[in-house]
Amino acid sequence: MAVATGNSFASRFGVHIAVLVFVAIWTIPTLGILVSSLRDKDQIVASGWWNSFASSSQTEAGRLPPASAQAQKDGKYVIEGNVFGDGAKRAISAFGIKAAAPTQYPAGTAADLGDGVSLQVNADGSFVLASPKAFEGDRGQRVYYASSAPPKFTTDNYQTVLFSEGIGRSFMNSLTVTIPATVIPILIAAFAAYALAWMRFPGRALLIAVIIGLLVVPLQMSLIPLLKLYNGVGTFFGVPSKTYLGIWLAHTGFGLPFAIYLLRSYIAGLPREIMESARIDGASDFEIFVKIVLPLSFPVLASFAIFQFLWVWNDLLVAMVFLGTAPDQIVLTAKLNALLGSRGGNWEILTTSAFITIIVPLIVFFSLQRYFVRGLLAGSVKGG
Amino acid sequence: MAAQIFSAIFVIIIGVGGCVAYFWGANKLLDLIFPSRGVSGTAAVNNLRRQGLIRPWLFVGPAMIILTIYLIYPVIATLWLSFFDRGGTGFVGVANYEWALRDPDLRNAILNNLLWLAVVPAACTFLGLIIAVLTDKIWWGTIAKSLIFLPLAISFVGASVIWKFIYEYRGEGQVQIGLLNAIIQHFGGQPQVWISLPFWNNFFLMIILIWIQTGFAMVILSSALRGIPEETLEAAVIDGANPFQIFWKIMVPQIWGTIAVVWTTITILVLKVFDIVLTMTNGQWNSQVLANLMFDWMFRGGGDFGRGATIAIIIMIAVIPIMVWNIRQANKETGGH
Repeated sequence: MAVATGNSFASRFGVHIAVLVFVAIWTIPTLGILVSSLRDKDQIVASGWWNSFASSSQTEAGRLPPASAQAQKDGKYVIEGNVFGDGAKRAISAFGIKAAAPTQYPAGTAADLGDGVSLQVNADGSFVLASPKAFEGDRGQRVYYASSAPPKFTTDNYQTVLFSEGIGRSFMNSLTVTIPATVIPILIAAFAAYALAWMRFPGRALLIAVIIGLLVVPLQMSLIPLLKLYNGVGTFFGVPSKTYLGIWLAHTGFGLPFAIYLLRSYIAGLPREIMESARIDGASDFEIFVKIVLPLSFPVLASFAIFQFLWVWNDLLVAMVFLGTAPDQIVLTAKLNALLGSRGGNWEILTTSAFITIIVPLIVFFSLQRYFVRGLLAGSVKGG
Repeated sequence: MAAQIFSAIFVIIIGVGGCVAYFWGANKLLDLIFPSRGVSGTAAVNNLRRQGLIRPWLFVGPAMIILTIYLIYPVIATLWLSFFDRGGTGFVGVANYEWALRDPDLRNAILNNLLWLAVVPAACTFLGLIIAVLTDKIWWGTIAKSLIFLPLAISFVGASVIWKFIYEYRGEGQVQIGLLNAIIQHFGGQPQVWISLPFWNNFFLMIILIWIQTGFAMVILSSALRGIPEETLEAAVIDGANPFQIFWKIMVPQIWGTIAVVWTTITILVLKVFDIVLTMTNGQWNSQVLANLMFDWMFRGGGDFGRGATIAIIIMIAVIPIMVWNIRQANKETGGH
């Protein structure tokens, strides 16, 4: 489409800028959690992630050692040491002794605390507290300081989240739910789609109408009766009502209308001549389906598989209703939702968990985008 | 965990193998019962006819059984349950519907859903259309479209975390680590707890869904725009139409059907929106929506199936017009086939 809409340089420039703004709005949020998930957890709260390549500065408070640590030196009582304990790699820019003025004195200068007492805190954290009189008391001097740390990136968050927050286990659970729930509907839908596209039988038109109707039936309509049914079956057979088998079948059921709709419209569009010549050669419907239709339908089968994979992987509602929340069953989305409640402020945990949750869909999406778009265009009646 | 992986692989083999065995076996059985080869002419013709009567049902059978259990039966049962009490055993007539008319939470949820319906489909379609038109004109449009399309692959929960991080609030004077509050503070504004501001928080939740769904609208509309005959656009240029006139008077009317499809698809999605509200606010601060309220009633205090079912019916009633329209469209298209 070559539309000559405003040939001026300015208007073409404007289009580039506008698209750039849209792209920025659509990518920056995701970038934010990716960058944050790789940052040191103390730095995440000390500065915005967009500043993560600059040194982050923060104001901290500490207490100097008590009087028992003093030593006599040149006729003065002196307490020496390092506010960071043993040499953290941060730099102090200023310090103070009042909470109201935490950065009163620049680092490296001696502050007069009155009564001849002086305190000097250097950039590397070392301090000298000196007084003509002996220090008393077992509580040391309070000190405040502004320190800045160089940007620090780490994969520690991933280690923590995968192995001690249970995200690794949930990842396996999500795979356990998703793969069978993606594979099982394909064959069932393909056979039904072929019959609805190429076989003549009474009630076919009604069946197609029912399937198109079911495409938009909200999931919410199914939840309560199925929950009752599952509980009933569980009680009747004395087995748990929340099982992987239950959720595989549920996802199969919820995915079928779209699968049949998508596959039917594709299979119906295959050239009639191929089918008819095969039939003249004596092939039965079963043979035609297996030897001709199935291989030709590969692109649409791939489209559906991607859709179903993404939909099951990203689903929260079905998993919360039909699966338990114990570690051996909780899927990634449900786990992430639980972490939002229990780890609300721990952004290093939340951003890392979120990124692990979205990484598989993103890989699938980027590597198979063509099939995804094709499915989207063919099946855009579906309500999601 | 090893057992779990093993059982998943086992199920894939059993599931796929079972399907293959069923379809192959049922077909074989049919050939055995009504042989069409190696019998006399009339018998073969008769048997072929019988096969033709039965085989379609063998093909659609498994799908029909699953659809019946998982969708058709539940729809009827939900309607039925909406006239029963919390346990689903005692008939209560229209008491649940009377409750629905009076309940302030439910009214709030319906109003919020209406707000979502008014904003999200329109915003997604409009933004999608604008981006589709703009990206068509530049050399890196495909890359731009890919990136804008990308959130569609992200789960609602994941997107909620992403945006919660953007809306993150820190007390005044502290360093804002949420992008939105940081920008506002940078320009001298007052940081806010965005998701707990009644009424306006709805919009902050909607932004998440718009962010996800604009890519969908963009891809569909972009492909429709490509289908516009170039002559119509050239003619408009020759007649001296400006870009805005071309957009509104030439392009938009020609893709009206596609716009309607995009709009209705997102409308249905909005009616079912659940994950975003659950993870962001769980309906607090007047941000409740129907699907989340229903989930709440399903499990609140052991669960009230009657009221939950009633809320599901309310969502269903809103979907029915779109459903009827879809079936009509499909009948029109497949009428000849």
